[in-house]
Amino acid sequence: MRRLAIPVLAIAAAAGLLALLTFGVAHQGTNSSIDASVARGDFPAAPGSQTRLPILGATGSESLAQLRGKVVVLNVFASWCEPCKAEAPILEREQRQLLRNNGTILGVTYLDNSSDSETFVRQQEITYPVIRDVSGSFVRSFGTTGVPETFVINRQGRIVAVRRYQLDAAWLQRTLPQILAEPS
Amino acid sequence: MIRARLALTLLALVTAGPLGPVTATATERPQASLTDIENDVMCVSCREPLAVAQSPQANAERDYIRSLIAQGLTKQQIEQNLVAQYGAAVLGKPPASGFNLSVYILPPAILAAGAAILAIALPRWRRRTRAAPAASPASARPLDPAEADRLERELSEFRG
Repeated sequence: MRRLAIPVLAIAAAAGLLALLTFGVAHQGTNSSIDASVARGDFPAAPGSQTRLPILGATGSESLAQLRGKVVVLNVFASWCEPCKAEAPILEREQRQLLRNNGTILGVTYLDNSSDSETFVRQQEITYPVIRDVSGSFVRSFGTTGVPETFVINRQGRIVAVRRYQLDAAWLQRTLPQILAEPS
Repeated sequence: MIRARLALTLLALVTAGPLGPVTATATERPQASLTDIENDVMCVSCREPLAVAQSPQANAERDYIRSLIAQGLTKQQIEQNLVAQYGAAVLGKPPASGFNLSVYILPPAILAAGAAILAIALPRWRRRTRAAPAASPASARPLDPAEADRLERELSEFRG
């Protein structure tokens, strides 16, 4: 029995390390469950809706819960991202339409420093609200790993459309009208 | 004359003494360098050390660090600032909390466990290997006369 003690201990230690490695790798992976749910038409509730994030260039904070009842186009971006620059004027034009229909764009800066983000907002003449996700935990709960990414959240706080790469005006025109037409 | 010179030298040393360290502290403020910081922080989008990262985000991060160095901040202040802007993921060494604790606990724990196993197992192995040669002659079968004759014959042939 005592002769088995060391091999058993070594195997247990190896199994423990393997379990730890599996846990670590599993938590590094991309969460694509939102995309799958949206594709099935089983629209998931937007995660982190109670999370309050600081507003860029101002005091105060904003959360998705505060925007409940509005259609929210959540756009994750960074100042260093070229596709984000291309998206900005499209989103700004859309914001004017959304404001008339009880909706809004909500920008979220990710992997970016605040001074660069503020410069970006100024240069791109962005008027929609922008919040900062410094830790990245809010956008990661959406399965975000990069920028730009866009999520359309309906008036009930459910994600109804996802774009994991650069959007264009055609995608917004195809996606938004029916969501805006839904009753509150 | 000599006494006067000695007195003057002493006076010069006494007055110069306190000035030395003051001047040193004024100039010895740790100056942060981009190279030094790059080795300790990560490119947050590419998840690799900033020193080797080549991406638009890495370049933006470098520019930001340069601007902080230009403000005269120390390395520690710059790292704190980077955490405030990019989160704890910007640090090369993860913070010692939650799952990240395993990074700090596991390596020494594995080393200690290995050393303990060796400390227990080595003396046993040594005892076993010492006992083994003593046992083998006793268990060896003596040659029968025919085998002994053959061995002797072959040895003499070999010797010529």
